Amino acid sequence: MRLHVKNGRVVDPATGRDALGDVFVAEGRIVDGLRDQPDKVIDAKGLVVAPGFIDLSVRLREPGQEHKATLESEMAAAVAGGVTSLACPPDTDPPLDEPGLVDMLRRRAKALTRARVYPIGALTVKLEGKSLTEMGQLTEAGCVAFSQANAPLADTQVLWRGLQYAATFGYPVWLRAEDVWLAKGGVAHDGETATRLGLPGIPSFAETVALATILELVRATGASVHLCRLSTAGAVELVRRAKAERLPVTCDVAIHHIHLCDLDIGYFDPQCRLEPPLRSQRDRDALARGLAEGIVDCMCSDHTPVDDDGKHLPFAEAEPGATGLELLLPLALKWGAAQKLALPATLARITSAPAKILGVASGRIAPGAPGDLAIFDPQAAVRIAPGSLKSQGKNTPFLGYELAGRVKYTVVAGNVVYEG
Amino acid sequence: MNNPQLNANGELQHLLSIEGLPREIVTQILDTAESFAGVTEREVKKVPLLRGKSVFNLFFEPSTRTRTTFEIAAKRLSADVINLNIAISSQTKGESLLDTVANLSAMQADIFVVRHNSSGAPFLIARHVKPHEHVVNAGDGRHAHPTQGLLDLFTIRHYKKDFSRLTVAIVGDILHSRVARSLIHGLTTLGVPEVRVIAPQTLLPTGVEALGVRVFHDMREGLRGVDVVVMLRLQNERMGGALLPSAQEFNKHYGLTADKLALANPDAIVMHPGPMNRGVEIDSSVADGPHSVILPQVTFGIAVRMAVMSIVAGN
Repeated sequence: MRLHVKNGRVVDPATGRDALGDVFVAEGRIVDGLRDQPDKVIDAKGLVVAPGFIDLSVRLREPGQEHKATLESEMAAAVAGGVTSLACPPDTDPPLDEPGLVDMLRRRAKALTRARVYPIGALTVKLEGKSLTEMGQLTEAGCVAFSQANAPLADTQVLWRGLQYAATFGYPVWLRAEDVWLAKGGVAHDGETATRLGLPGIPSFAETVALATILELVRATGASVHLCRLSTAGAVELVRRAKAERLPVTCDVAIHHIHLCDLDIGYFDPQCRLEPPLRSQRDRDALARGLAEGIVDCMCSDHTPVDDDGKHLPFAEAEPGATGLELLLPLALKWGAAQKLALPATLARITSAPAKILGVASGRIAPGAPGDLAIFDPQAAVRIAPGSLKSQGKNTPFLGYELAGRVKYTVVAGNVVYEG
Repeated sequence: MNNPQLNANGELQHLLSIEGLPREIVTQILDTAESFAGVTEREVKKVPLLRGKSVFNLFFEPSTRTRTTFEIAAKRLSADVINLNIAISSQTKGESLLDTVANLSAMQADIFVVRHNSSGAPFLIARHVKPHEHVVNAGDGRHAHPTQGLLDLFTIRHYKKDFSRLTVAIVGDILHSRVARSLIHGLTTLGVPEVRVIAPQTLLPTGVEALGVRVFHDMREGLRGVDVVVMLRLQNERMGGALLPSAQEFNKHYGLTADKLALANPDAIVMHPGPMNRGVEIDSSVADGPHSVILPQVTFGIAVRMAVMSIVAGN
C-alpha cells in the first residue's frame, strides 16, 4: 500500500515542524517520496496531518466485560478519534496476568487491523496485590509494562519487591498513586463540594502519601515508573522535584482532570464519578499548567466504557469511568488553546511524549517511522452526544459539549482505517 | 445549573434539599405549617387537600419516627398512604432503584417520600419521575434531611420569633449528619447571623466553614451566649473506631449537661432530632428539663410535613 497525503499542514511534534507539505507512506512506513504511483491519494487541503495519536489508558473491556464494550466497538472508536496506538490496563476479567490472555487479546486486536494495541500486564496475580506475575513470560507475550490499574496494592513489601524485580529486567511499572486506607469508602474529592453533598471524601493526601512512598521506592530500587492519572497539585509538585532529582519517573493526566473539577458534580451527576476523583479548581489548574510545563509528560483519555445501568444510580453507587477515545483530540486542542501553546506543542502530549513512554517508534512524522497518521480539521465542531460516539460507552461528563477538532482520516501502517 | 427541585415557574416541584431554596419558599413552608398546626389540635384532624392522591413512603433505610410522621401528615391531608419497606424487599431481589420507582409510578403515585442511604438518591429519582409526580426527600445518606431541617426552623421560629439576632450551636457528629447540613442551610437562608458547629476534628467534614459556620472544638466556649442548642445523635457504630475512643469520653467533652447548658443564654432552647442516646450526647436532666423542646419538635414535624406535601402537590 502506497499512500500520498498532499497539501496538508504537516505537524510533527517530535521536531516542532509545522509547515504545508506532503507525506508519503510505503510498506507501512513513512518515506521521503514514492517511486511508483500511489495506491491512494488523500487531499489534505485545510487539514492538519499529524502522527496518529497514542493513548496510554484505554479499557477495551475484553475479556470479560463485553456487555460494556467489545474490541470491535472500541477499536472503531479509537480510529474515529485518530488514535492509532493504545495501551490497555490489565483490569479485564480475568485480569491480564497470564501470557495466554495477553496473546489472545493481541491476536484479536491484530485481526481487526485498526489501532495498535499494547497490553499492560498485571503486576500481581489476579491484581490481588499479593504475589508477582510471571513478568518475563508476559513480556514475551507482548506486555510493554506492568501495572495494578486501579486495584489497590496495600502491601508495600509487595510493591517494593515488585519494583526490585521489574528493575532487574528493565520492565517499566505503571502505577496510580492512591493510599488504600486514606481513600477507603471515598467517592469524591474531600473538599467543600463533598461536604455540601454529603459524599464520603478521598483526601488529596491519599494521592501524595502514596506517591511519596512510590518515589522513595524508586530511589531505592532504580525501577522505571510511569505514574498514571495524577489528580492533585501536590502530586505535580512531588513529580517536579523527583524529575529535578533525575529519578526515572514519567507521568500522565486524564483529559477529565485538566478540564473539570469537583464543582462539575453539580447535583450528583454520576457522569462525574471518576477514578481518581475530580478535584478542586486549584488542582485542575495545576495539572493543566504542569502538563504545559512538561512536568506532566502526556495526557490520556482514560477511556472506560460504562453502560447506562452502571450510571443510572446514586452518585456513590455509580460505576466510575467515562468514554474518552473520541474526545482525546478535541480536549487536547481545548487545553492547548487555553495554555496558548502552538499546535506542535499541544499535539506532542498525545503523540511524541506518550510514544517515548511506551518506547515505540511511532508518534512522529519522519522517514522510517510507522505510517500512522491522524488527519483532522482543527476548527470543525463536534457535538458530543451518545449517537455520535462509536464507542459502546456513551457516558461522559462532556455530553452536550460542542468542541473543536474533527478527525477526517486515520491511517495505520499506511492503510486508511477511518474516513469521517 | 438548574435547581432540580423548582419547576419552570420557580415553584417547589420536589423537596430535595434546603440548599438552594429561595428564602420565600422556606418562609412559605413555615407559614403553611403554622396554619396546619391548628388542624393537629382539632378533634377532627383532617383536611381534604390531598384527597384522592397517593403518597408512597419509599424507605430504603429503616426509620420509625420519620416514616410515621410522614404517614400521619399524609393521612391528615386525606391522602392514601402506602408504606414500602424496600430495605427488605426488592433491593434484596436485585431490582434497581429506578425500576422500583417506575413500577410504583405505574401504580399511579402522586408523591414519593424517599429515604435512601446513598446521598443524592432522591435527585436521581426526581430526574426520572413523570411531570405530575413529586419527590420529597426524607433523608439521603449524609446529604440532606430537609423536612427535619424545616421542622427545626419551625421550632426555632415558634420559640424565638426572629431569626435575625440568633446564635445557634449544633453539637456532635456533623460529619455524618444530614440533619446538620439541612439545618445549616436553613439557618443561613433565613439570615441567622451566627451558626456554630461544635465537634472534635474527626466528626467535622473538610471545609465545613464554607457552609457558613464557625467551628468550635471546646463545647464550653462554643455554648457561651447561644440561643439555641441542637444536639445530634451519635450513632453507636461510630464508637470505638478511629473516630472516637468511647461514648464516655465523648460524653465528657461533648455531652450536654446542665452545667454546660448554663453557659448558654438563660432562655436558650435545647433541640434534638431523635432518637436520643441519654447519657451520651445529652443528659436526662437536660433532655427532660425546662429548656428542652424535643417533644414539641416531633409534633411540629407533622405540620411541617403536611405543609411540604400540600405545597408540592399544589404546584
